[in-house]
Parts: sequence; C-alpha cells; structure tokens
Amino acid sequence: MRNILAICGKEMRGYFTSPIAYLLLAIFAVLFGYFFFAASSIFATASMESAMSGRSFPMNINQQIIAPLLGNSSVVMLFLIPMISMRLFAEEKRQGTMELLLTSPVRDWEIVAGKFLGAMLMFAAILLVSLIDIAFLFAYGNPSWQPIAAGYLGLLLQGGCLLAIGTYISTTTKNQIVAGGATFAVCLLLWVLSWSTDLGQGAVSKVVAYCSVLTHFEPFSKGIIDTKDVIFYLTFIFFGLFLTTRSLESLRWRA
Amino acid sequence: MIQVENLTKRYARTVAVDRISFAVAKGEIVGFLGRNGAGKTTTMRMLTCFLPPTEGVANVAGFDVVENPMEVKKRIGYLPESPPLYPEMEVGEYLTFVGKIKGIPSNELARRVDEAAGRCALGDVKKKLISKLSKGYRQRVGLAQAVIHNPDVLILDEPTSGLDPQQISETRELIASLAGDHTILLSTHILAEVEHTCSNVIIIDRGHLVASGTVRELLQRMRGSEAIAVEIRYDGLEAADARQRIEQVPGVSRAVVKQSEPGRVLLEVESLEGANVRADLARAVVHAGWNLETLHAAAASLEDVFLELTAAEKSHPAASIEPPITTAAATPEVIQ
Repeated sequence: MRNILAICGKEMRGYFTSPIAYLLLAIFAVLFGYFFFAASSIFATASMESAMSGRSFPMNINQQIIAPLLGNSSVVMLFLIPMISMRLFAEEKRQGTMELLLTSPVRDWEIVAGKFLGAMLMFAAILLVSLIDIAFLFAYGNPSWQPIAAGYLGLLLQGGCLLAIGTYISTTTKNQIVAGGATFAVCLLLWVLSWSTDLGQGAVSKVVAYCSVLTHFEPFSKGIIDTKDVIFYLTFIFFGLFLTTRSLESLRWRA
Repeated sequence: MIQVENLTKRYARTVAVDRISFAVAKGEIVGFLGRNGAGKTTTMRMLTCFLPPTEGVANVAGFDVVENPMEVKKRIGYLPESPPLYPEMEVGEYLTFVGKIKGIPSNELARRVDEAAGRCALGDVKKKLISKLSKGYRQRVGLAQAVIHNPDVLILDEPTSGLDPQQISETRELIASLAGDHTILLSTHILAEVEHTCSNVIIIDRGHLVASGTVRELLQRMRGSEAIAVEIRYDGLEAADARQRIEQVPGVSRAVVKQSEPGRVLLEVESLEGANVRADLARAVVHAGWNLETLHAAAASLEDVFLELTAAEKSHPAASIEPPITTAAATPEVIQ
C-alpha cells in the first residue's frame, strides 16, 4: 500500500508541476462554464415564459440543467482523458526511469495501481472544478443533490474505464503523442459504438451498443445508479489494469 | 555476493550474453570491462532483475534473480547508464521518493535521505530541480539513489560516462569511498578507470567472458613479469651501446629501445620471472658512467591486456584463451 501511495503521490506531483494539469483544468472549466451558461439561460427563459403564460410547466433543475450538463461533460472527457493517461508509462520509458521502478522492490501491479490512482485523482480534480458552477444552482435554486452525486459517480466510473485503457496504451510506447493519439482513437470508437442502435434493432447492434462506455453513463446522468452499469464499469477498469500489468511484465521479456 | 553461472541472454536474432560465469566476493570492487555492445549492460540488467536470463543462474546477495526477485531488489542499488531521474522533482524530493519505493521505513526516511545526499556531496543542491543540474551532479544524484537504502550490492553501469575529467575523478573517489560497505560491480569501457578503482576485473567481448582476475594478475600474465623503463642521459650515448650494456645485466631477458635521441635513450627492460633487477640496472648504468635519469616499473596498461585478449578472440576463435586465473573469491571460468 505504501508503494502504491508513493507512486500515486509522484504522479500527482508530475501533473501539478507541469503545465498539463493547469491546461486540463482550464479547458474543462471553460467548456463546462459555457455549457452551464447555455443550459441555465435556456432554463431561465423557459421558466420566465412559463410564468408569463400563466400555465405553469413542471420545471426541474436536475432534469433540465444537470442531466444535459453531465451528458456533455462525459463527451468532453473523451478528449481530456488521453491527455491525462498518455504520459503515465510512455514518459517513464523515454526518461529511462522505468529501470528505477522495475529494479526497485515494488510489484508490477503496485506500479500500475499507483499510477492509475494518481491519474484518477487528477481526473477527480478536473471534475471538482465543475462543482463551482453547480454551487450556483444550489445558491439560487433547490436542486436535489442525490442525482448530482450519482451523475458524478458515473463520470468517475466512466473516466476510470477510459483511463484504464489509456494506461494500457501508454505501456506500449515510448512516445507520449502516440499513446495520446491511440487512446483518443479508442475513446472515440467507444463513444460512436453507442450510435449503432440507430442502425437497426438487431441483436448484434444491441450488443455493440452495450459495449460503448457512454450507453452506461445515461442512467447515471438521470440520477439512476444501476448495479449492472456499475459492474460493467468496474469490470472494464479491472480488465484494463490487468492488461496493463501483463503488458508491463512483457516489457521485461521483450526489452 | 554475486554468483553467475552460464548466464545467457538470447534475442530473436542475436546472442547478447553467451554462457558467462563469474563470482564476486563480498567487499570487492569489480570492473566489468568490454567494448560497446559487448553485453555489459545486458548482464547488469539480468543481475538487477530488469531482464530475465534466457538460461543460466544468477545469484545476487544470496537470492536467485528469477526465483526471488523481490529479495534481490531489496539488496541491490542500481545506477543505469543514464541516471533514472525525474527532471521535474527537486533532489531531496526525488531521494525521498526513491527511499519510499526502496522500502525505507518512514521514521528513518529523512535521515537516510540526508545521509545519501551527504555521501554524494549533494547537500547544497537538495532544493534544486533535477532538470537544472549539471551532468556531474545528475550522476551523483543517480549514485545517491543507488546507495540510499544501503544495499549489499551496488551495480553501476558506466558511472563516469559523459563527465568531464574533474567530475570523473570526483566520481571515482566517490565510488572508492563507497567500497567499504558495499560490493561493487561497475561496468566501463574506459580501461584507466578499472586500473584506478577496481581490485578485480572481468573482461567480456561479444557476449563471451574472456578473462577475469585481479588487475595485477591480469597485467602480470600479460608480461610474464613486470617491465621496467630506464631512461639514460649521456652526451654522445649510442642507443645500441646502451641496449647491449643493459642486456648484460643478470636477470634481464630483453631490452627494447623505446625512444632514442642524441644524448638520451629510453629503454624498456623485461626481466626473467621472479628476478628483481632494478638495483642491478641502476648500478650498471652508473658504472658505465652514464646518468640514470629515471627508472620505474612500466606496468603494462590494462589496455594492452584488453586489446590482446579481444584480438586473440577474433583471430583464433577456438583455442586462444589460456587457463583461467583464479580470484580470491571463487574459481571463475574463462569461457570460450
């Protein structure tokens, strides 16, 4: 556990002593802020209209602002996550620090777990920025917090899946750009898989759509925590990290 | 401390290390000598559990590198060819991180970091970013990283490569100062380094072990016995006369004129085994009425040994190598 924390701490330092963390925080703050502004202005206009027309529509902050906002965030994450995960192993390989890690009394899975945890914390820090906007909703409205919490849990789980893939891809190359590009391609693919239900209602397209990480996020954005989605995400993360560990082992044999 | 038997590393197309065997005893500083690409780094990587051997057995600090890598890793300090540093960290932070993953208990960590920094003369740069350090300082940080957990065995891959002469001599002194507590295996292709720092030598060439033994033994084996340089000054001195006179000294087997200019002759004198001819040489020169300018042992440089061994390897691949020399430690094999 101590090794995992040591490596996790090193990763966190790595992010926050380089511009990458601040860049990611800024990108997400701007995009989320824009989405938030758009969603809340539409909501404000709609509620004004509903008040003036005399017929009161049912207005719900959770459904009308937060759900689409979280949906948008989950797509933005597809773009940010490769930037978090690409350096994890590629940089160690390029710098030659891989030799330090692999000749220290640390197990391979501890290295993987430490790095993944560091990346997750970085990701969580990015999500934290968006809570500033959400705080305004609590200041001026009264949304219920449970669906929001569920939505953020969903984002974390979905982010975890993509990070696990990115971590794996990062072990396969010395070049951060290659790792980032490949991760981005895979993330994109996992997103567009969800469109396959539009192609037809056959069993195959259903299965394909089920594999998309985004289909499993929808219930979370509506505030529903479904065990089958949680299990899907957790299985995905474990599988990704398992592959990463095996890939790390294979470095020794191939090097 | 280190026992290696028939260690082999094969890649798809090449054999990087071919059945080498040697042993290093506790407290020795052993130079691991070979040209670039001879298989030094591969061997060291196998000893540090970074690469698994294809065949053979390596035992480091009492544990097998394949069976028990965790135990081996706890007991070794390894400085790869380029020091494994994180440029965005400060020196102190970096050493603390390394200390943690090397398993130093939290309550000792700060003390050990200070100790390692002190030993490697890093006290004044502890707060500096590694990316701002000069090459020499980086190398020292690399060494501090290797010694921080007080390992039984230190494995240093070309610790002085890329340094300036001042830094090289500092690094050598540093390594020599670490010698007492640790068993050190250091690789190099600079021969002078081995002569300066090491007690024993292992020479490998194209994956084969060509010789091993103490530095002295190897040098003596080259010459049969030691050679002596004699410099004589005398106006009107003829080189041939000087040579003749010197060869008459009892115990001298051969004298070779190395340099000759009017009034000055430099000879290299080889003596029969076991004979100490220096006093007789001096007397002979003085009796002849010449001025004895210098007289000293012209030790064969390790360079000669090295070139001879690796060249022999090339021309007679089958039976060129003489019987092995025994080190104090064990009976290392000379493998062909």
